[in-house]
This record gives sequence, structure tokens and C-alpha cells, in this order.
Amino acid sequence: MIVFQNISKIYNGGSVALEDINFKVNPREFISIVGRSGAGKSTIIRLLIGEEKPSKGRIFFREYEVNKLSNSQLPAFRRHIGIVFQEFRLLPTKNAYENVAFALEVAGRPQKEIDELVPQVLDMVGLGDKMKNFPNELSGGEKQRVAIARAMVHRPELIIADEPTGNLDPFNTREIVNLLLKINELGTTLILATHDKEIINMLGKRVLTIDKGRVIRDEEKGKYILI
Amino acid sequence: MFTVLSRIVHLGFKNFWRNILVSTATVAVLTLSLFVFAGLVFANVVTQNLINYVKDKIDISVYFKINSPEDEILNIRQSLEKLPEVKSVEYISADQALEIFKASHANDPSINQSISELGTNPLEASLNVKAKDPSKYVTIAGYLDSQNLSQYIDNVSYSKNQTVIDRLASLISNVNRGGIILTIILALIAGLVMFNTIWLAIYSNRDEIGIMRVVGASNFFIRGPYIVQGIIGGALASVLSLIFLLILFLTAPLVYKNYGYFDISIPNFSLTSYFYLHLGQIFLYQLILGVLVAAVSSFVAVRRYLRN
Repeated sequence: MIVFQNISKIYNGGSVALEDINFKVNPREFISIVGRSGAGKSTIIRLLIGEEKPSKGRIFFREYEVNKLSNSQLPAFRRHIGIVFQEFRLLPTKNAYENVAFALEVAGRPQKEIDELVPQVLDMVGLGDKMKNFPNELSGGEKQRVAIARAMVHRPELIIADEPTGNLDPFNTREIVNLLLKINELGTTLILATHDKEIINMLGKRVLTIDKGRVIRDEEKGKYILI
Repeated sequence: MFTVLSRIVHLGFKNFWRNILVSTATVAVLTLSLFVFAGLVFANVVTQNLINYVKDKIDISVYFKINSPEDEILNIRQSLEKLPEVKSVEYISADQALEIFKASHANDPSINQSISELGTNPLEASLNVKAKDPSKYVTIAGYLDSQNLSQYIDNVSYSKNQTVIDRLASLISNVNRGGIILTIILALIAGLVMFNTIWLAIYSNRDEIGIMRVVGASNFFIRGPYIVQGIIGGALASVLSLIFLLILFLTAPLVYKNYGYFDISIPNFSLTSYFYLHLGQIFLYQLILGVLVAAVSSFVAVRRYLRN
């Protein structure tokens, strides 16, 4: 479903962020991308959602060749993906319900569907009683659950979570990881970028290890090992 | 498409209300700018009327020798009227001149008496010539000189008043030019202030725009609500500006008991009546200006954050 083909990313200053990255992700897979801070995890994700263009190589997602998408083609492409960020990135002037509904509104879904789906999904992430709360009235864990609800409400084929637990305590971390596992079990492909050893060892899923911009290990049922 | 449009309008209104602090500040600045624009319009109207009034006071008189035949005078009048520089020519016959003279000295019996003792009319027939532009009197006077009319014309008042007329002409054209330049500069400043205010309001929203992009919102869907917000702000500002103008024109006469202080005394012109007469027009211009500048500023300002 996703193919990274000979991907390199060199920034203008000449610093190499990624070098000759090759991997594939199959539908319904749960893959973790691990590595130290600055190893290149976030760059892979930014390339995958078209926020940046690779210096070399090609990226495929379904029928899209991501590196060739123009600015105006990106919105429609991104509606196939749900994204969860470390810093949540919720819209501060919208409440939990509106933040989740926004992902459906941008796709032009009918109001009836929005009224039905949003409460369901917020219930699923355990925030049925906080729909009217604004982000500044929610805890870190709650914010991240709103973000996950927003990422999954339009039933994307792929959810990308970039360090989703980086700002959370161990209890909330476990909750979020369980939520991601549940979403994956329901049939959504999941890419998780993290440097949290505990999570990786708990998951027992495929692990792609990145170091200094290169893939140094790609294992089914991997562990977090960095030399 | 209808769903998208109605969502954009709905979001625009909602965002305007949710960001009430920023919205209020923006509307306040827009209102002030529109108020300044209205002030500029009034200043221009007053200046134009003042200039026209002064212009109208300037003329040159051509006095004809006592025995000049009326036919000749009327011929000269006709040829003067054909000149492109001439606005109007008024013929005052010797008899009319006498009537006017008598009327203006009706209270002076000695003058009346001496005229009747004289038996004949000592006054000359004349043509009062008004030019379209004060700077054209030179040309008109030159024309009269060049036509070999000295057998009829006694004198032309231009030569006597030349300095004053020329000075007034250059003053008028300077005031005109200065007024236009000042208006353009002030209008530009007011426009820039409006643009900058909206730019800042959207700058404070740049992170949100980034989030919307990542969630998959099209540029149209992101930009739309900001433009709607701009339109609401511009429309509100034009209404507020008009209310302030109304308050100003209603209270000013009360503050200055003597009405003349506020209403600049130009005969046949009153700024207050100009305002009430053109109320609808002024509001319409303010509305168009406010909405247009706000909407265009929003459009341009959001564009910058839609790059990736």
C-alpha cells in the first residue's frame, strides 16, 4: 500500500536527513518507526503526507505518487490519511466535537452523517461527556484522544501517529497505544513513530529502526534495539 | 457545493464570534480608517466648493467707448463665447449699468442729483467675461488685444487686476493639487492600516491554517471563512463609521451654539446638508470600501500560509 523507493532528503544547507530509504507497508499492517530524536522519523512522516518533497526517490500511497502531488492535489490526498501529532494540533477555537467534525466537513460529508458519526467516535475514545469542551479545558491525554478521534472519524485507510505519547504520562501512554491497536484491529493501517522503548516492546509488531537517516533494521515482531 | 458554501459562511460567523477580541480590535481599526476616508471626502467637497466660490468671484470686464454701436459689442460677445476658455459672457448695456449704479447709490441723494443734472449717461457698456479656469484670463485678455478692437474698447479690467487674478489662479491650482496629493497619501495610509490589521489577525491564526491543511481542508475551504470574517468586519465597520458620522453631525451644532463654527461659511453650501443629502451614497461607498479592502486583505494574507 505504501512504498518508499530510494528516498533521500538533503536540506539546503547540505545536511542529510534521510539516505536511500526503502520499505513497503502492507494494508492493515501496524508498523513502528523507531530511532533517536533527529534520526529521521519525522522527516519520513512529513514526506509521506506531502509536507515536504524528497530530494531523490519516489513515494507511493495507493494510486498516488506522493512526491509528485501539487499543492492543490494535497488536500484530497490527505483525506485518505488520519494524522496524530505529539503536540496534538487541535484547533483551539473549536470544541472537541467541532474539531472531530472538521475532518468530515472538509471532505464535504453531509450534516446528517456528521451528527451521527462524531458522537460515536468520541464515545469510542472515551470522551462522550466532554464533547463541548475546548482544547484548553482538556488534559493532555484527553486532547490526544480528540486528535485520534479526528484522525479516524472519516475512516481513513491509514493513520499516522508521530510520537503520539511524547507529552503523556505512562498511564495515558498505555491508553493511547491500546486505542491505536484497537483501530488497527478494525482494519486501518497504522504507522507509529516513537522513541519509547516500553511501547515497542509491549506491541510486538513490525519495527523499522532508523539511525542517522538510514534504515538499520526491519523486523517482524521487533524489539527496540539501538546500538 | 451548496453544503461547502453554507459551511464556509457558518464557520465565518462562528469564528468571528469566537475570536471576539481580535474581531473587535479589527472592526475598531476598520471603523477609524473608514471614518478618516469619510473625513477626506468631506474635506475635498469643502475645498472644491470653496475653490468654485472663489473662481466664480473672478471675472474680467471689457468696457466699451461711449459711442460704440451695440451690434459691434454683441459681435465681440459672440466671438468671445466661441473661445474654449470662456465659461460665460454677460452683456451690460450702458442703460443697465446706469440702473445698477443708481440702485446701489439709492441712499445717496447727491450722487443721484449730479447724474440727473448731467443729462446724459456717463457710464459705458461692458461685457463681463468668466473663464472656465482662472489661469485662462491671460489668454482671453490676449485675444481681446490681438483683435484690433481698440476703436471700441476703452479698457479691460484684467490689466488692472492682473497680479491678483494670477495669484488667485496659482493659489487655486496649488490647493487643488495639494488636496489631491494629501488625499491620496492619507487614503493610502488608511488602506495600509486596514490591510495590516487584518494581516495581523490572520498571522495569529497561522498555526490553525497549518492544522487545517494537514487535516485535508482545501485552500478554498480554509480561506473562505476568513474572507467571510473580513466581509462581516468590513460591513460592521461601515455601519459604525456612519453612526459616528451621524452623531458628529447631530451633536456638533449643539456643541457650537453658533452654527457657523461647524458649518464652514461658503455661500450656498452647507456641509451638514451635503451630508444628509448624500447619506445613502456615503454609506454605500463606505460599505463597498470596507468590505472590499477587508475581503481582499484576508484573501492575500491567508495565501501566505497555504504554501505547504
